[in-house]
Amino acid sequence: MAEKEHIIIESGDAIQPFAYTVGMYGSKFFAELRDNGRIMAVRCPKCKKVYIPPRKVCGECFVEMNDWVEVGPKGVIGTFTILRFAFIDPETGAQKPVPYGYGFIKFDGADTLFQHYISVEDEKKIKIGARVEPVFSKNPTGSMRDIEYFKVID
Amino acid sequence: MAKRVAIVGTGQTFHKSHRPDVNGQELINEAVVKALADANLKMKDIDAIVIGNMDHFEGINYVDCWSVDGSGGTMKPIIKLTTGGTTGCTVAIGGYHLVGSGMFDKVLVIGWEKNSESDTTGAITTAFDPVWDRQVFAGAISGLAAEAQAYIARYGATDRDGARVSVRDRKHAMNNPYAQLRKEVTLEEVLASPMLADPIHLLDVCPRSDGACAVIMASEDTAEKICPKPDWIWATAARHTYSYLGDADFGRLTSMKEGSQELWKKAGIKEPRKEVDVIELYQPYSFGGLIWIEDMGIVGPGEAPRYIWDGNTDMGGELPINPSGGVIATNPIGATGLIRCAEAAMQVMGKAEGRQVPDVNFAFSSGFGGCFWTDMILHGKKKPK
Repeated sequence: MAEKEHIIIESGDAIQPFAYTVGMYGSKFFAELRDNGRIMAVRCPKCKKVYIPPRKVCGECFVEMNDWVEVGPKGVIGTFTILRFAFIDPETGAQKPVPYGYGFIKFDGADTLFQHYISVEDEKKIKIGARVEPVFSKNPTGSMRDIEYFKVID
Repeated sequence: MAKRVAIVGTGQTFHKSHRPDVNGQELINEAVVKALADANLKMKDIDAIVIGNMDHFEGINYVDCWSVDGSGGTMKPIIKLTTGGTTGCTVAIGGYHLVGSGMFDKVLVIGWEKNSESDTTGAITTAFDPVWDRQVFAGAISGLAAEAQAYIARYGATDRDGARVSVRDRKHAMNNPYAQLRKEVTLEEVLASPMLADPIHLLDVCPRSDGACAVIMASEDTAEKICPKPDWIWATAARHTYSYLGDADFGRLTSMKEGSQELWKKAGIKEPRKEVDVIELYQPYSFGGLIWIEDMGIVGPGEAPRYIWDGNTDMGGELPINPSGGVIATNPIGATGLIRCAEAAMQVMGKAEGRQVPDVNFAFSSGFGGCFWTDMILHGKKKPK
């Protein structure tokens, strides 16, 4: 009943017409992840910070970065939360499967955090500092979903 | 060189979760009419307009043009500024720059949002990087929860400490007729409310609101003629630090730390805890009320829970925070930062009625965005040197 009061704009079966470019650095990251299961980051020649996701410029030093380093694939939970409220994922139009673990993963050797799912099978184990490793997809395509999720390993 | 700038009038709507009685232009108009009345000015007196919202929420991109019937902007210089959650503070800083430049004597600043018109979490998600950030993202609350977890792990704070902040703000909102949520809660009620994203309970966070706010700024040439006791802008600072969400130093708000250091230095403030009399913080969740006042230098790292439990930030305390009830009581996102600015101005001007803090010399207001940005303004009773 209440819905009748609203103007709803629908797009039918149309998909969102976005085609994002990740650039040479993002492409290298996804190619290495897909082909070799390696996690690649990039180090600033000036401040030595190791960035993931890799990017061309260190914003703070404003210098170009070309020094590629392999990090992980193991790491620790830098910080996290467990999402418990239901909401629609605008990327898919589907409801996110709650509860789910949202991890900011600090790969061994990296200085910034990488966002991904953490398995919440045993919630007690999910703590800042807990060791984790990625569970890779069996059918990698060169996307973030080539890692299915991270799991606590100790 | 640059002109000194003062706020000479403010206006805001009564904020609700849903205002089906007005469209966006009409909502904006309510705030503008009130601000003009407060300053005793007419639309013809206004030389330029700055307007902003977070355009993802209504899906309307040319807000500066679209809104002119409500804003009064027909045939006036008008500019849109939009910076996500910080928008309301950014528009105020933009107005300050326009008046300070000497090119415009009286500028109308507007922030507004009709959050009821779309899906808030979905809209916020589209503000983040499509490849690297969105897969696990869950709107503003997920980053805030990760920040709170890191703070708790680093300093041993508890969810009770967070809840105490929420109890404070919801109590303060009882004094503010414009606030959306006016219901006192107990610590136990906060802790028993549903867990949304660990450690954030439902009653730890803000609602989503429909609302608008307008502020009129004037240069030193006319400010005191319009308003005998204007609110002088002493300094502003802005830090937009984000590239990707995982770059943040979780548990500390770097943008607040660096921005407030700049702010205190510009204004010659040595001890903010003693020199600032009231704070209107863009604090959309309770734990921000702990973490961020440490980054401001009000208290040291890890010291906020004790300071807040001792009542220092309650009305009547050493440094009241959010006399309006703050963002936890009302959050029309594009207006929220400007409401903080207007409330701080009202405190300095002595117009805050039932939520007035006595003898305000300096007031602080801020804006915050879910990508850990912070904008801020220092307001003062005396004309800056």
